[in-house]
Amino acid sequence: MSANGAPLLELDAVDTFYGPIHILQGLSLVVRAGELVCLLGGNASGKSTTLKTVLGIVRPRSGAVRFDGEDVTGRPTSYRIAKGMAIVPENRRLFGPMTVLENLQMGAYLTGGGTKEDYDRVYTLFPLLHERRHQLAGTLSGGEQQMVAMARALMSRPKLMLMDEPSMGLAPILVERSFEIIQQVHEAGVAVLVVEQNANVSLSIADRGYVLSTGRLVLEGKAADLLQDENLRKAYLGR
Amino acid sequence: MHSLQLVGYFQSYQLTWSYFLDQLVAGLTLGSLYGLMALGYSMVYGILKLLNFAHGEVFMIGSYIGYFVLVALGGTTNPTVPVALLIILMFGAAMIGSGVLGVVIERFAYRPLRVAKAPRIAPLISALGVSFCLQQLASIFFGTEYKQYNPFGLSGGTLTTPWHIGSLEVSWMQMIVILTTAFLMLVLWQLVTRTQIGRAMRAASFDLEAASMMGIDVDRVVVFTFFVGSALAGAGGVMNGLYLSNTFPLVGFNVGLIAFTAAVVGGIGSIPGAMVGGVTIGLLKAFAIGYWSSAYQDVIVFCILIVVLLIRPSGIFGVPAPQKV
Repeated sequence: MSANGAPLLELDAVDTFYGPIHILQGLSLVVRAGELVCLLGGNASGKSTTLKTVLGIVRPRSGAVRFDGEDVTGRPTSYRIAKGMAIVPENRRLFGPMTVLENLQMGAYLTGGGTKEDYDRVYTLFPLLHERRHQLAGTLSGGEQQMVAMARALMSRPKLMLMDEPSMGLAPILVERSFEIIQQVHEAGVAVLVVEQNANVSLSIADRGYVLSTGRLVLEGKAADLLQDENLRKAYLGR
Repeated sequence: MHSLQLVGYFQSYQLTWSYFLDQLVAGLTLGSLYGLMALGYSMVYGILKLLNFAHGEVFMIGSYIGYFVLVALGGTTNPTVPVALLIILMFGAAMIGSGVLGVVIERFAYRPLRVAKAPRIAPLISALGVSFCLQQLASIFFGTEYKQYNPFGLSGGTLTTPWHIGSLEVSWMQMIVILTTAFLMLVLWQLVTRTQIGRAMRAASFDLEAASMMGIDVDRVVVFTFFVGSALAGAGGVMNGLYLSNTFPLVGFNVGLIAFTAAVVGGIGSIPGAMVGGVTIGLLKAFAIGYWSSAYQDVIVFCILIVVLLIRPSGIFGVPAPQKV
């Protein structure tokens, strides 16, 4: 279940800007192979920018992004995906006018559309998607769309799954279900970085956590410790 | 020239079935051509939100390539290869040539601006620039006079003489245009639903950033889109030459504008929409000419299109811009 020590993803003193605005300020964090880490923070704390920096959608002005033993700071998103990252984006970002199956095929774009094993694996995890595979993704309910988004990310056989606000816009029962699945993915040996506002639910399944406030780390530690931490509440109130 | 006839006042020949069917066939033929052209505008706009105004000139170059292949193989009256092969070679060369031209235009006129994150107005200007540039180059190198495809000579004239099926009258040339378009549409549909690169094109068209998050190399998808869209324009250029019998440096301007309109009316970004928009305009034009006046054809067509857009602002197949949650 827990980390085996080798760092899989490392951000090393990363500074990211949007135009003149300094978003991430000297951010460093580590996700080890097989680990489940959550990155907490309120609105505009830089959580989404962190994920975009990890994926190479925005490039840091200074600092380095290392993945699986290689400096990928200057590499395009497609290279990083090919090396084993996958993302479940905020608001899911499914390809609405395409079928569930086609969405999964896009998730496996770099592995040629996926093998039978890949489909068996995600359909075992989400049996409903097999039934709905020929339905247009845009016509599914929010909870079903969340399943498609997770299945789509798993199609590329990732070493690291990035989750951007998985609880956003979902009913409490579906949030619980989402986190159960995140845990299952984690137990299957995939490292997960969950970015969340919802501290309690994500810390309850995570190994470790980081707390971000206006682009800086204000707290880090074992999830169990953070759950008890007085400062965590302060970090939220003080945003 | 006739003065404007009142609606409802028709010549007796205009009230026959066969006259109606003539207009229908002519409209479908013209509409096929507009639809093929509209696809290029629509696919590129879908992904890059760029109005590729050079698309009409890609069509023009395609029509010249078809013409030069025709001349090189002996012209219409004395072709050195069988007519079917001649026509296939004309289409093949024009499609490949135009496809490559589209990719080159993207590489040198649009991509640098995209990389520099230029505002959206900038590539519009470079598109207009490429458009004028190609028109001028064609005038200089090919001459401003009309180049005659002279399709009446092909196969001893049999391609342009009509067949009669009941009261339906259709020429081989019209059949070639309509069937070639249907075939190309079918191939395109297979491409975008059955191949990974084609699906990636649809994905990128819906959400470019989400597509790149899947590891899709957006630049490759853009190159593919320009090649396919431009190849279809090249095919349209040859059809135009065969059907309307000639080509000239400004031939792409008018067709380009109409096809662009077709793309918007069909719902820009939508593949079926482009085709439906093209056929709609082709039919409107043919019936406007057939039953009213050719001088007023564009007035009539565009008035109807304005009404369509007032009722459905995002076009027939267009989806309203999604709201951000």
